[in-house]
Amino acid sequence: MTDKTKDPGTSRRQFLGGALAAGGAVAGASMARGATPDPLITEVQEWASGLGDGVDATPYGLPIQYESDVIRRNVEWLTADTISSINFTPIHALDGTITPQGCAFERHHSGAIELRKEDYRLMINGLVDTPLVFTYADLERFPREQRTFFLECAANTGMEWAGAQLNGAQFTHGMIHNMEYTGVSLRTLLNEAGIQPEGTWLYVEGADASSNGRSIPMEKALDDCMIAFKANGEALRKEHGYPVRLIVPGWEGNMWVKWLRRMEVADAPVESREETSKYTDTLADGTSRKWTWVMDAKSVVTSPSPQSPITHGPGPLVITGLAWSGRGAITRVDVSRDGGVTWETARLAEDGKPMALTRFYLDVDWQGEEMLLQSRAMDSTGYVQPTKAQLREVRGLNSIYHNNCIQTWHVNANGEAENVEVS
Amino acid sequence: MSKSRNLLIGSALLSATLTTPALADKLGLGRPALPEEIAAWDLDVRPDGTGLPDGSGDVWTGEEVFADYCAVCHGDFAEGIDNWPKLAGGANTLDHDDPLKTVGSYWPYLSTTWDYVNRSMPFGAAQTLSADDVYAIVAYILYSNDLVDDDFVLSKDTFFDVEMPNADGFIIDDRDSAEAHFWTETPCMEACKDSVEVTMRAMVLDVTPDETAAAEDTEAEVEEAVELAEAAETQEPEVMAPDPKLVAAGEKVFKKCKACHQVGDGATNRVGPVLTGIVGGAAGAVPDFKYSKPLQVAAEDGLVWTDAELAAFLADPKGYMKGTKMSFAGLRKEADIDAVIAYLQAAP
Repeated sequence: MTDKTKDPGTSRRQFLGGALAAGGAVAGASMARGATPDPLITEVQEWASGLGDGVDATPYGLPIQYESDVIRRNVEWLTADTISSINFTPIHALDGTITPQGCAFERHHSGAIELRKEDYRLMINGLVDTPLVFTYADLERFPREQRTFFLECAANTGMEWAGAQLNGAQFTHGMIHNMEYTGVSLRTLLNEAGIQPEGTWLYVEGADASSNGRSIPMEKALDDCMIAFKANGEALRKEHGYPVRLIVPGWEGNMWVKWLRRMEVADAPVESREETSKYTDTLADGTSRKWTWVMDAKSVVTSPSPQSPITHGPGPLVITGLAWSGRGAITRVDVSRDGGVTWETARLAEDGKPMALTRFYLDVDWQGEEMLLQSRAMDSTGYVQPTKAQLREVRGLNSIYHNNCIQTWHVNANGEAENVEVS
Repeated sequence: MSKSRNLLIGSALLSATLTTPALADKLGLGRPALPEEIAAWDLDVRPDGTGLPDGSGDVWTGEEVFADYCAVCHGDFAEGIDNWPKLAGGANTLDHDDPLKTVGSYWPYLSTTWDYVNRSMPFGAAQTLSADDVYAIVAYILYSNDLVDDDFVLSKDTFFDVEMPNADGFIIDDRDSAEAHFWTETPCMEACKDSVEVTMRAMVLDVTPDETAAAEDTEAEVEEAVELAEAAETQEPEVMAPDPKLVAAGEKVFKKCKACHQVGDGATNRVGPVLTGIVGGAAGAVPDFKYSKPLQVAAEDGLVWTDAELAAFLADPKGYMKGTKMSFAGLRKEADIDAVIAYLQAAP
């Protein structure tokens, strides 16, 4: 990938500038290699003769230098500064479903704090038999659970309501990650304090300066919410709430409070800033939906896409992408290559798991024809991912949040892709 | 409880592979929270006023406190600076193409404003305001939105005299019914529309960060850094370099400043001015930064940010310079002040 960005012939800047390489040139180059012996094969290479790094060269390993472009990126003009801001997962360059922590998107309201396990406290108070304080060590002694869930920011794809704006799957759909969490269910923790019968809501709050707090119906809290201290097998990264964050499966990322410090059992919602002035969805008539917690079924083709063009010329092409639903498991993903006139059902890499990312593939023979690539997810409740027009019909243009529309990439004869909107 | 517990244990037995631990008796983990601890953390304020402390604040006091702590980002009249949130205006714009959502035009509950200011503001110095200051700031925000008169005093007693214009502007999530047609049993697979036209293209807008340019910049920076490092090696240090340990500690302290200030190569003015070369430099000298009146006056009088002056300012910004725009409470520890000055001095 580094090679690609350095190669002037396929640089993204050139794509953006509209300079078109000859369609057959790329393929021609690869075929031409077959005519003369490949020195990578016929000559002894340095790595096949000399020695590589010893075992302790990187006590905690990072990706090889050639993958240095697979990184989180932000869009500077979106926010006033980087402390209260967001960046995006490079989904265009990943495969599978688990998001490595190091490139999983970040969203902070007062920056990523450094909180030691030794200084960590979790309080449960409010309508409980015994208000309690736990240390981190206490939490490790409760029976553990292990579950894999996606976390999607409610604002993912939010910049696309008014039209095609950001040119890359990372920027249009990268406010998402999917990790395997280890932790303790809220049911177990709250049982320790003893919920009183009037306790119908749970207010959860973080330890950072933003005091991000959200009200969760007790039914959801007891159903499948958990606290997590490990993700993908290792400690949470500080940007994801080290040492303890909340997991609210299928619901908008803002509720997954990081650096969780307090849970208050209550008989009413707090109506905090993040559940009134933000994370509410304004409709065309000026009224706004609130408590739009669940993330609707959604999908996106991650490759080919604007940051991941086709560089191999005509022939076999892997079209791949991600699908997810906050209401259940993905049951089917359809792909259209003609902007939604005809659809074919893609292959799911694995059966969809509830409220987790599902990888899909469509293996095609591409002969350099222009494509208007779309994907359409269906979930176990029978929900079908809508078009942008269908969403706008109900919600107008000012919802900001919960844009789960079908995305379109225009792929031209050279394999370059662009974010477009179609009729 | 015992009945439901039996049920749960029963179902766990039926399914030996159940991955969820059955709800058991209490494990006796943790310890009771003390009343003082709950009081320190349980600060949230509800729409019915639950959680509001004693105290009060009037509009005019609020204007002063707002100027001290909030105006640097939100503007003197709560109109917002740069991309920072506007807190006033936008009345009756919610059904417009570009609605302006402010405390006055959008926020349904006054309790939310009080709660947010109290726990999360000012940015970079949260939870440092007194209850009276919070009442005063909220009174001023209400006044800026034409929701109260200039003689208004906000307290527990007057809290519900305020009518929030958009209090009835919200409905509970109705996607299940309003969007019921998205639950389609069999989506269309063939001839789903007559024609397809591209109606909008992202490249026309050209607002996407350019990765190639960014990568090239980084490479150039690295090369430059290497050259600088090589040049530095050949020169004898002329001044005592700050202790690297102190600089490292200062970098950590500087996190408190980062929300508003940048320092070093490529630093630009943000909410606060660039701090490159601040130690030993003339006050009020950063181009294009709009300093507060008192700082301009001090600069004209020849103020130089010596270690001592800077230390005094950082210990108590508002005490040192009344009327400064810097809404920072100050560094309490002398060690932190020394460290951050060392860091600023070491910054390239």
